[in-house]
Parts: sequence; C-alpha cells; structure tokens
Amino acid sequence: MVENLDIKVDDYFQKVEELKNNGFEMMVDLTAVDWFRKKEPRFELVVNFLSVSKNKRVCIKVKLTDELSIPSITSLYPSANFYEREVFDMFGINFENHPDLTRILMPDDWVGHPLRKDYGTGRIPVQFKNAPKVD
Amino acid sequence: MEENNEILKDVDFWATNSEEGGWNISSTDEGSQKMLEDEDETTTKIQMGSEVIDDYFIQDDISDDERMILNMGPQHPSTHGVLRLQVELEGEVVRRVQPVIGYLHTGMEKTGEELNYFQGPTNTTRMDYLSPFFNELVFSLATESLLELEVPDRASTIRILMTELNRISSHLVALATGGMDIGALSMMIFGFRERELILDFFEKTTGLRMNHNYIRPGGVAADLPDNWQKDVEEILKIIPEKLKDYDEMLLDNPIWQGRLKNVGILTTEECLAYGVTGPSLRASGYAWDLRKMQPYSGIDKYEFDIPVFEEGDVFARWRIKVLEIFESLKIVQQAMENMPKGPYKIQDKKITPPPRKRLDESMEALIHHFKIYTEGFKVPEGQVYTTVESPRGELGCFIVSDGSSKPYRMHVRGPSFCNLQALPVVMSDSPIADAVAAIASLDPVLGDVDR
Repeated sequence: MVENLDIKVDDYFQKVEELKNNGFEMMVDLTAVDWFRKKEPRFELVVNFLSVSKNKRVCIKVKLTDELSIPSITSLYPSANFYEREVFDMFGINFENHPDLTRILMPDDWVGHPLRKDYGTGRIPVQFKNAPKVD
Repeated sequence: MEENNEILKDVDFWATNSEEGGWNISSTDEGSQKMLEDEDETTTKIQMGSEVIDDYFIQDDISDDERMILNMGPQHPSTHGVLRLQVELEGEVVRRVQPVIGYLHTGMEKTGEELNYFQGPTNTTRMDYLSPFFNELVFSLATESLLELEVPDRASTIRILMTELNRISSHLVALATGGMDIGALSMMIFGFRERELILDFFEKTTGLRMNHNYIRPGGVAADLPDNWQKDVEEILKIIPEKLKDYDEMLLDNPIWQGRLKNVGILTTEECLAYGVTGPSLRASGYAWDLRKMQPYSGIDKYEFDIPVFEEGDVFARWRIKVLEIFESLKIVQQAMENMPKGPYKIQDKKITPPPRKRLDESMEALIHHFKIYTEGFKVPEGQVYTTVESPRGELGCFIVSDGSSKPYRMHVRGPSFCNLQALPVVMSDSPIADAVAAIASLDPVLGDVDR
C-alpha cells in the first residue's frame, strides 16, 4: 500500500506537482533524517503523501546536497507550512520560497538545531538548587 | 549568598548568562514570530485563511482606529493549554490569525532517540496526554512492523478495547471543555464526571489514570483485571444514558444551535489542503476513517459505522463527537463479548520480559530479563511509517532503525499539529466569541502539537 520513491533534489518539486495532479490530496507528514557519519549525503528528507480517493500512500525520500536547500512545497500543499518550519528549526534545512521560514518550536534566538546528531543532549547544564532569583 | 553568585558567573547556561547573573528573558521575546501591521501578500493570505478558498468578507467602512493586534494566550483557558494566538481585530471581528506554538516543547523526539524500544512507549504516551493509548499503540505497531511480529489475538483485542475506551474519554473531554468555552458550564462537570468512570477502569487495569505505558511492543504490559467485564458493562450502561442528557440539554437547545450553526466552517477542500483529518474531516463531508480504510490491530472485524456530516461547522463537529462515542461503545461491546483466551503478549522472551516468578526457577529467564531491562532488544534495519486513527485524526509514527536497540530517528506525526494550521480558516472573519468556539471544536492538544 505504501510506495517508496527516491527522488533527486532537482526533480523534487516537479514530482510533488505530479502527485498533486494524480489525486494525492494530502501531504500528511514531512520530516528529515540526519545520517551523521553514517551515510553520504548527510541529510535525507522524508515526505508522506496520502490519497484519500484512492486509499494509497506515497513516501518520497530526497537526499539533500551539501547546500541543504530544497524547494518549498507550501504553494502546492498549504499543510507543508508548519512541517517545513519544524524541519528548518530542528535540522537547519533551508526551504526556498517558503512564506515564513522561522523557528517554530524553539525560541527565535536559539543556537543550533536540536535534532541533528551532533547536537548533544545535556549540553546545557540545568541548575535546580541556588538558582538566582528573578527580579 | 554573594559567594553563590561568584560561582554562578562561571557557569555557562542559557537562562542565567546575563551579566548580572539574572534571568535573561528579553532575548526570547516574540522576535520574528511577531505579527506585523502590514505583511506581504502570501503571509496575509495564510493569516486570513483565504489561501485555498477566498471567502473573506472585507468590510471597508472600518477605520484604522478600530484595528488592533493582540495576544490570546498562552495562559488562557480557552486555548486548551499553552497555545498562543496573535489576532488582528477589526472592531470585534477577527481579521488575521497567527498561531504561535512551542511553549510545551520538551524535545520528545530527541528523547526518543535516547530510549530503547522497550522504554519507548513511556515517552510517546506523554505526547497526546488525552489519548495516551493511541500514542503507545502507534509506537508499538511501528516497532512490531520492523520486527515483523504478529501479536496474539488477545493482545490485539485488549488494544482495541482500551483504545476505543480512550477515544470515548478523549471525546468527552473535548465536549466538556468545548461546552465550557461557549458558556455551558454544566457540560464541563458532566463530561468530566463520565470520563471518571473510564479513567477508573484504566487505573484498575494499568495502575495509572494517564500516561499508562500499557501497550508495549509485543503485546500489552499486563492482563485485564479480574471481573473486568463488570466495569466495562457499567460503562456501556451508564454512558449512553448520560449522552441522552447531553442531547436534551444542548443538541435540541435552540440557543445552543443558534450559537454554533454556521460558525467556523471548514470545507472538504480546505480540510484536504491543510491536512486536517479525524472528526473535523468527517464533519466536513468526507468519510475518511483509518479504522475502515487502513485497519490496524484487526479492527476491520468489528461492526461500526462512520458518522459523516456535510455542514463542516462547529455544530457538526460537536455532533460527530457524540455519535462517535456511540460507535466506539459498539466496538467496546463487541471486543468484550469476543475477548479471546490466551497469552496477552508474545511468548518470544527476547522481546517481552518473562514473568517475575520464572526468575527464581530458570537461568534463561533471568538472562532474558537482564538483557531486556539493560540493553533492550535489537530491531532490524529499516524505516517504517505506521498510522492509527486517534480521536483527533491520523496519528503517525515514523521510525528509522539502524539495527541497534534504540531508534535512530523517531518522529511522531501529531494530528493536532497539522489541524492547527486550519485555525486561521475557521477563526478569521468571525466575531472573537465565535473564534473561541472554533478553537474548541478543533480540539487541539498542545502536548501533541509541541511534542
């Protein structure tokens, strides 16, 4: 029921447009995987499409080049808006022509992208006792 | 006290790295998420919800003096948690909406990479805190699909029983809080009263009222308690009676109908474009339910209907939740009557821990127990995206395994996160009081949004 497709970055937007015209009404999920020191190229974008009329799913996998930039599909699927912002926030991947590419879950001035594999957990010490009081 | 401050100066942590040693909170102000007076055309369209269908009614006679941008939330009871909305008002009418989220972000996807598959459900169950069983189920189904496991019939049936009861309790909260937002305060008390019945049963079975960690890869954590049928029968008897009260009090009530009909309309086209699933999609006229279309845990064996409404307004979204409770009760009834006998988890001791008493008798049991609780079990390489129909829509879990005992990447597709994008559509061009009703009808759970 799930069809997996490997797409190149250059063909990505065209392929999504094709899917949209072929009855895939919904973009249900967009996320990325960081293959740090395991695979080359490092980042992979995973996009899941759902056709409610045909009861079918398509999973598109795009291996990103080193520029970490890919066309935004928000103009085709408005639901991609929040997902692309989340991937930008968590992985630092740039989506070209996105209407409002800002951090969505982390604070705006946050340094780094938390879901990258080289972003260590416990990097920032949290102090519970004797914390300075707020004025 | 001064000595303490001396030490603190050397500590490099984010909240206290200002020069005085105090909390540096000015830098985390709204920043670029701020709604501007004049945005560019695309952003304005998104904020006005006229991206898909341009049904915005522009009133020219309103002066700029009556136009203001203000914040709703994050600490506001009608925003169901910590949702913050920046709204631009023209007099009393909402013109633009910008949802600002992330106040409950706790990095659960990152945490999921640190926990092994056996510990995974403890993490995922905390995401959507009103329907924890669905989160555990989708994680377990994803893991089992990577392991190519079939769980025993009894485990599947217990899963269906618990998730459908959970759907009832979740919808009851949606009805209760939704009623409260609109001003029907007795609905708040009624909804939570009936939910208590179900939570009592959950507590008896799993030991906890929320965040159960009951459904685990390989089956469920424990068998149902003795005389569980009695409790379920009581639920099956009492809830339909109480639902009739709701109908009498609200659905047939002309004030209630006048308040909610033709408010916050979502069309099918908009639902599909914004990825809105679940009751909101079905209330907009599209009969899409993953339980029927892409069944999981053998739910295709049960007889139930999918209620559909054409209107797509707040009233339809309210009614559909009441009707879905009846359908879930049907499934619970069938699951109770046809509960198969047998093991409640798979007997592969590499994946599910052996019973406690076996540890005193068998060396192998001790080894398996030790391995599972220290290292966990290894899952073959692969990627999988599984879905279940949660009370809010399509709940998906995307797991990438690299062959170790921890997921390499764990991503949860929360339905609330996606449904929130439709907020500008339902809220804009309506009075602020209707906007509150529209938020309540979409039923967002912020734990699921921010993860």
